[in-house]
Amino acid sequence: MNLTTDILIIGSGITGCAVARELSRYNASVVVLDRGSDLAEGPTKANSGIVHAGYDAVPGTKKALYNVRGAAMYESLANELGVPYRRCGALVLAFDEADVKTLEELKERGGTNGVSGLEILDREAVLKLEPNLNPEVVSALSVPTSAIVSPYEMAFALADDAALNGVQFRFDTEVLSVSKDEDGCFTLRTNGDTWRCRVLVNCAGASGAEIHNMLSGQKLTMVHRRGQYYLLDRAAVQPFSRTVFQCPSVMGKGVLVSPTVHGNLLLGPTAEDIDDPLDTATTASGLADILAKAGRTWAGLSTRTNITNFSGVRAHLTTDDFVVGSCEGCPGCFEAIGIESPGLSSAPAIGLDLAGMIADHLGLARKEKTVPCPVPPVPFHDMTPEQREQAIEQDPSYGNIVCRCEVVTEAEIRRAIRRPVGARSVDGVKRRTRAGMGRCQGGFCCPRVAAIISEETGIPLKEVTKNGGESFLLSDTIESYLKGEHDHE
Amino acid sequence: MNERQVDILVIGAGPAGLAAAISAKESGIDSLLVVEREKDAGGILRQCIHNGFGLHRFKEELTGPEYARRDIDRAADLGIDIECSTTVLTVSPDRTVTCVSSSKGLQIIHAKAVVLAMGCRERPRGALCTPGTRCAGIYSAGTAQRFVNLEGFMPGKRVVILGSGDIGLIMARRMTLQGAKVLACVEIMPYSSGLNRNIVQCLQDYDIPLYLSHTVTDIRGKERLEGVTVAAVDEKRNPVPGTEIDFDCDTLLLSCGLIPENELSLGAGVEISPATSGAVVSETFETSVPGIFACGNVLHVHDLVDHVSNESFKAGAAAAAYVRNGQHAVPMISVKDGEGVRGTVPQLIRSDTDQPVDLMFRPAAVYRNSAAVVECGGKELLHKKAMIYTPGEMALVTLKPEMLKDLPADSLTVRMERMDG
Amino acid sequence: MMEQTITCINCPVGCRMTVTLSDQGEFVSVTGNTCPRGAKYAQQECTLPERMITAVIPVSGCETPLSVKTASPVPKKMIFAIMDELAGIRLSAPVAIGQVVLPDVLNTGVDIIATRSLP
Repeated sequence: MNLTTDILIIGSGITGCAVARELSRYNASVVVLDRGSDLAEGPTKANSGIVHAGYDAVPGTKKALYNVRGAAMYESLANELGVPYRRCGALVLAFDEADVKTLEELKERGGTNGVSGLEILDREAVLKLEPNLNPEVVSALSVPTSAIVSPYEMAFALADDAALNGVQFRFDTEVLSVSKDEDGCFTLRTNGDTWRCRVLVNCAGASGAEIHNMLSGQKLTMVHRRGQYYLLDRAAVQPFSRTVFQCPSVMGKGVLVSPTVHGNLLLGPTAEDIDDPLDTATTASGLADILAKAGRTWAGLSTRTNITNFSGVRAHLTTDDFVVGSCEGCPGCFEAIGIESPGLSSAPAIGLDLAGMIADHLGLARKEKTVPCPVPPVPFHDMTPEQREQAIEQDPSYGNIVCRCEVVTEAEIRRAIRRPVGARSVDGVKRRTRAGMGRCQGGFCCPRVAAIISEETGIPLKEVTKNGGESFLLSDTIESYLKGEHDHE
Repeated sequence: MNERQVDILVIGAGPAGLAAAISAKESGIDSLLVVEREKDAGGILRQCIHNGFGLHRFKEELTGPEYARRDIDRAADLGIDIECSTTVLTVSPDRTVTCVSSSKGLQIIHAKAVVLAMGCRERPRGALCTPGTRCAGIYSAGTAQRFVNLEGFMPGKRVVILGSGDIGLIMARRMTLQGAKVLACVEIMPYSSGLNRNIVQCLQDYDIPLYLSHTVTDIRGKERLEGVTVAAVDEKRNPVPGTEIDFDCDTLLLSCGLIPENELSLGAGVEISPATSGAVVSETFETSVPGIFACGNVLHVHDLVDHVSNESFKAGAAAAAYVRNGQHAVPMISVKDGEGVRGTVPQLIRSDTDQPVDLMFRPAAVYRNSAAVVECGGKELLHKKAMIYTPGEMALVTLKPEMLKDLPADSLTVRMERMDG
Repeated sequence: MMEQTITCINCPVGCRMTVTLSDQGEFVSVTGNTCPRGAKYAQQECTLPERMITAVIPVSGCETPLSVKTASPVPKKMIFAIMDELAGIRLSAPVAIGQVVLPDVLNTGVDIIATRSLP
């Protein structure tokens, strides 16, 4: 089919969703395409979940500019959208003289970038703040404004808001080629429909440089840099209450130890350059590398309570900075590419800026009325007994606990499927509700979640997937096997 | 808010909870409630459709559902109230239990005694830190068992099983009988912790190879599982490079250990033993919190349901005695794991006990021609020889009350002793 | 004369036994057992091995499948033939625990019975 829209965004990661949400405030048709089967299936769902303060980015770069601006927007945005966010603060550790010098450079950089509250602490003060640190620490940079957020929940919330305000999301759609037509519009060929649009927005993550190079004379080179993680179980008290970094290197911010906004503990990431941007496997050597490095921060390192490992692939440009703005030599194409760290932190500010540029370019008027995104209900897990009682009275399916590890109810799982950009797979439900993210990793709730997905969407149970495509949970009914309909050889 | 009082609240209507409720009721407690999160009672037995249950207790070999049915029928005959589809959210140290259900909403139940019988969960892949992709088709053996035996769906066609404990072995047979191809059972230890009977009847009968001292080192598959790599391991259980074997499979079942599900117990302030991951209890199965008892797999992982029932009858009777008479504090004799022994239950014995006390434990390794020895301050109290003690089978020794009189110290040790050189 | 090695399943010792059979497959002798139960098992297992079969079969009108078993052990060599027979059973709810769902399967004299009630 041949379809048209005013604005077409490639990519529904945190950046694409942020741009979509801002654009939904204008009078224009907006479509977001993603090759995945759900929102944010690239690095947005597989990163450290940190809203960086902005001391690490080199002053004068786009990274520095957008990091600080984006970080400043996060708290109110998270509150508005009901996304978990916590300003837990951070420390950057120094173990020797060279590190101490680095801390001083970072402090100065931070100052230039506009970061407040940075302070270098001595060993005693550091160990008082975080007694479980390696006692060999010499000093640390204290970063009180560093925060943690749920990155994929932020993307989902932005997308729902955008969808309520007219943005269309299309999944399982891979862009194969883009070209500029004589009339100044763009034609996109995909594995499905062919699209024409007046403005193209490249938020294509790992394929960002590839798409850019199809349209611009200036060629960009992208490196796919994988980061693997350990995720430890929630605990009443984690060994650290702040995000703890070691000194950064040319490959990035290094291995950190951090609480997550849901109370887990994260160890990682690695930084390995790989060929296939979709290769999100974890490796024995990568995981070993994390333990070796994290051990430097956490003297009592133990992965006894590890519940999963995962990895994401950063879109790193060899120019080492974001490319944000109008595509060089291709008016009408706007881009936000090379969005590696501090991409999550920067996304709200990038979204705002790009949307403004696009509105100017097309002469768009702001809508008179915006549909406000409904405040999401408090998760049952966090409700008081009175709130729980009331919730069940209004909707009895709140009384049916599906995920016992994270205390997620049937009502919330149905809501996750019914949301504007709702879940259609087990992982989609998982990321929207936390069902399956606990100690047993879905061992208990997966059959129940799959049954609810089947009921709500009409997808037969044997076609329900883990995360779209061919990731079927099940093979077939016992009946078809007994009848000999399956030749497994 | 819906609040009420009961004498005894039992959490879980699996074999442990049912047995505890039955014996509490038979001891004369009428104000008794069992809460169960599934829509039917029976616990894990509902999905254990294979036979082998009840040989000791009923002198018959029953399937899981048949064994459960005996207790469910008995509970019904006794008029025991079981509320299904009800999930407990919290248990407090003062025995206030909060639970929810669609039909009754939020309930706050004040109990004079609580029996914890929540069973256990399975160790997931994440706890093994197995590298590779996170594709569809990887299940714990119990989850796969639920899909097949309760939902009527097969998880896949070509299966590799990691872990040769009984659940993995049972699923090897189940998947094969129901029409899938099981390529291998892989076990990291040099021995299987499963019953010999299951090795013969689940693997050998179907020519399924058992790879001892091997583990899965890589998992491949973009969306659905496509294959795994299996490698031999050394004495430190590290993979040996160069020994890799690739299996072309779409399903990986994990049978890598059971973990007692004590989240609620922690909230109640119950002391948990790191050796069992279950509560520290006295011989009356009372935990460190007065009036809170624990039995079954939530206390320590069992091999035979008959032993679960036996232990849980005692716990229920003890809870009933507690409600009637209270339980005054007495000095405790502590029971420690000595050489070669792991996870002895109970960990405490009331110094005024006048009943025999069963000590249950697992040997840390395979011991042939050895004895289990219980000693106190250098004095040997009990010496039980057997042809074999194996980690796959919980061992039991019984202390007679007279053995506990005039002890030289307030702590006993259970240890293994090899008999021949 | 033929020899067969088997593992006893009666207790955790798992004695490895060597059974001698005549050319016609009749039991002659056994070594390696440490108790009489083992000898008895060895004789049975090497001459006429039997197994209990348990399985799940679909029931129309019910999402939960029906768990069934052979009422007593059947010849091991018939396992898959019996599973094929189970595939041919047409059942609808309700079913009672203990109900015979297939009498005298393949002329073994053994019934297939339900081990749970549905619904």
